[in-house]
Amino acid sequence: MKTRFILRKAINALMLGLTGLCALVTVSVLFFILGYLLWNGGRALDWNFFTKLPSPPGETGGGMANAIAGSAKLILISVLVGLPVGFMAGVYVAEFSGKTMAFFVRYTTDLLNGVPSIVIGIFVYAIAVLPVKHFSVLAGGLALSLILIPVVVRTTEEFLRSVPGPLREGALALGARHWQAVATVIVPAAARGILTGAILGAARVAGETAPLLFTSFNNRYWSPGLGEPSASLPVMIFTYAIAPYDDWHRQAWAAGLVLLGLVLAANIATRWILSKGLSAQR
Amino acid sequence: MAAAATSRVQLFRRRLQAGDEAAHLLTLLFGVSILLITVLLVWELWVNSALPRQKFGLGFLFGRVWDPVAEQFGALPFIYGTVVTSAVALLIAVPFGLGAAIFLAELAPARISSALTFVVELLAAVPSVIFGLLGVFILVPFLRTTVQPALQSTLGYLPIFRGPVLGVGLLAAGVVLAIMIVPFIVSISREALLAVPAEQREAALALGATRWEATRQVVVPYARLGIFGSVLLALARALGETMAVTMVIGNDPRISASLLAPGYSIAAVIANEFTEASSEMHVQALIELGLVLFLLTILLNGVARLLILGMGRQGGRP
Amino acid sequence: MTLDSALLMNSTRGPDRGTQGMAAAGTPKMRVSRLGFWYGSTLALENISIDIPVNRITALIGPSGCGKSTFLRVLNRMYETVRHTSVEGEALLDNESIFSMDVTTLRRRVGMVFQKSNPFPKSIFDNVAYGLRIAGGMDGLQLREAVESSLRRAALWDEVKDKLHEPAYALSGGQQQRLCIARALAVNPEVLLLDEPSSALDPIATAKIEDLLFTLKQSCTVVLVTHNMQQAARVGDFTGFFLLGKLIEFDRTDIIFKRPAKRETEDYITGRFG
Repeated sequence: MKTRFILRKAINALMLGLTGLCALVTVSVLFFILGYLLWNGGRALDWNFFTKLPSPPGETGGGMANAIAGSAKLILISVLVGLPVGFMAGVYVAEFSGKTMAFFVRYTTDLLNGVPSIVIGIFVYAIAVLPVKHFSVLAGGLALSLILIPVVVRTTEEFLRSVPGPLREGALALGARHWQAVATVIVPAAARGILTGAILGAARVAGETAPLLFTSFNNRYWSPGLGEPSASLPVMIFTYAIAPYDDWHRQAWAAGLVLLGLVLAANIATRWILSKGLSAQR
Repeated sequence: MAAAATSRVQLFRRRLQAGDEAAHLLTLLFGVSILLITVLLVWELWVNSALPRQKFGLGFLFGRVWDPVAEQFGALPFIYGTVVTSAVALLIAVPFGLGAAIFLAELAPARISSALTFVVELLAAVPSVIFGLLGVFILVPFLRTTVQPALQSTLGYLPIFRGPVLGVGLLAAGVVLAIMIVPFIVSISREALLAVPAEQREAALALGATRWEATRQVVVPYARLGIFGSVLLALARALGETMAVTMVIGNDPRISASLLAPGYSIAAVIANEFTEASSEMHVQALIELGLVLFLLTILLNGVARLLILGMGRQGGRP
Repeated sequence: MTLDSALLMNSTRGPDRGTQGMAAAGTPKMRVSRLGFWYGSTLALENISIDIPVNRITALIGPSGCGKSTFLRVLNRMYETVRHTSVEGEALLDNESIFSMDVTTLRRRVGMVFQKSNPFPKSIFDNVAYGLRIAGGMDGLQLREAVESSLRRAALWDEVKDKLHEPAYALSGGQQQRLCIARALAVNPEVLLLDEPSSALDPIATAKIEDLLFTLKQSCTVVLVTHNMQQAARVGDFTGFFLLGKLIEFDRTDIIFKRPAKRETEDYITGRFG
């Protein structure tokens, strides 16, 4: 009896250790990634990186200024298109739709969310690149907006639903119409959460590479306007990492550090925004 | 009741006229646009893969040869590569992920648990191409110089560990995928475990079970639907992963038994060949591959969501 | 507090006490006839007929779940936010049917204060101004005057006049409830419905609200739902007793509490008071 008891306690301790080890290993991966990026990328970051255009292979001194600008433009387009669409659709599902329509919109949103980003790239290629026979920033931004929309719809719906009923009733009892209550009380109350959803979506979209491969493609130079192919940070990382030039590898590390830094900063910032919001209420 | 019915119709109509209708229609427009986009997506995939579908039919899925020059397109090498790398990824990620989830949900003190969960969620936000970057420069050399020779010297008689040691290949892709999907398994399984009512756990403990026994015999079985759902979701993600896989899989469209051999996945071949595709048939064959991938992931996601929803509603009972 | 002291307190506050009957109270502000109400197929209110007298406080009492809150929510058609409800019968506001008038107009004329205070996550000023802004038609100066006047009527002005632009959530529970009253008063309702307004408040805050209701009834008709019989005795000019969805009895407060006509009323009253 006693030995069995000791055995059970031992197994208990062992499993605590093993599962803890699993958690530790998982968590340490992030620190590994950060560490390597900081080491290799930090060394390679210099002023040229942020200001110069890519130089021909073999020459040093080049940078990724156009890729940084390109990524910024792509994210901007995706947010300008995706945020309104996602937000309004989220408002529709949470506030104005009937049960069947809500189900369909939610279902297709989840569907769209699960589509591999490379398939999104194919789709946008078919509708925005093929007809005009050239790659463009606009096409890239559109592809990214399709990835952003489901994120925004889901966050908008979730945070609108979480607005307490009494707040809603208070507005209605004062003579507000449904749409007025939504616009002046419910949406503002949910605004913080919706904003964090948008930031998280933008962070995710910033790192997407596959859908850009055949929409915005790549560009060794600046890409003015909306109609030209454009460099972007993720695509440059990909291109440079698989190429045989050391200098390009160096720059890929630097770009990786910048990209990851932005993504993590956005994620941590949204966490902070949300926690501030929760403590401010009551 | 008749009086009530007409007055309700009257006030319904009045409500609509007052601006609520405009708001309803406006937001409806955006909701419907999402439906339209999705329908259009499927339609474009279908229409733009007409050529190979007509020429090869279902044989496309079983063809072993991918030769753009000879216009022979068979998807099997890519399906094989996708399946094998995903299987390897699950084999590695599920034990680690589930173990970590159990630790975070059941065994760890609250402060440690929330801090570690936060880090795991950050890991889920790391872009695919960053994993690829680390895969190419850190993981592949490590596999080539250390892990794979070790595997060969100890288990080299097994067909899965035969062949030249290159670093890149199915194993490398599987490992990278594993690292990428672990955070999903951890966070969804953790939620499934946390959703188990406290009374269940307490009942077991009150009967003298150790914490591990309560977890293994009561909590985990109760949450099994959600856990299984998390595995399927992770699998769906693994199937669609492009960049990291492309960078380390070796890009060789052949089917070999060894994990050390280079291979190819559906997403990887699309990424690599799409812009270089020589003929219309080639492009459409790649799009047909995209359609296959799309259907696979939709199916998996659908089943996974049913399971996770089912867990919420029934509370674990089958 | 005993029943007698509650009724005494009622009678010593200001003019026209419970000595005046329904006839002396003038034309009823709201008349309800044979009102029936269903949640789905469940009957929640049965055959309610009541005349709410103008410029008086009408208290509605009864055990939990007896339908008094449901009845209140019919008066400003708040039940319409819930699906599968249906209503039958007649309800008039100044001889106009509330079911055929525009609902937002109704809700401006018949205001509501809820059981748990629900200020918006906005500033104090913006909360009070909300109803006015929605209705429109006021410039900045008029708005500020209206907000001040409402806060004075709600006996909150002195406490918040220096911090009008601070968040409403910074106020105490009792202050928030008075803020909600100010907010409801800002649109100048003819009737004010209060659903157990002080059930979540301490006695001092409760007393402030009751004092407030006394001054309010001069310009407004008040309908108050309360589970606290002493409050009804302290404050109500008229009291209605609800039981299981029916209005058992409705009369002057002192009659209800001292000489109830119905057996059920008497049982309820005496069940509470030792």
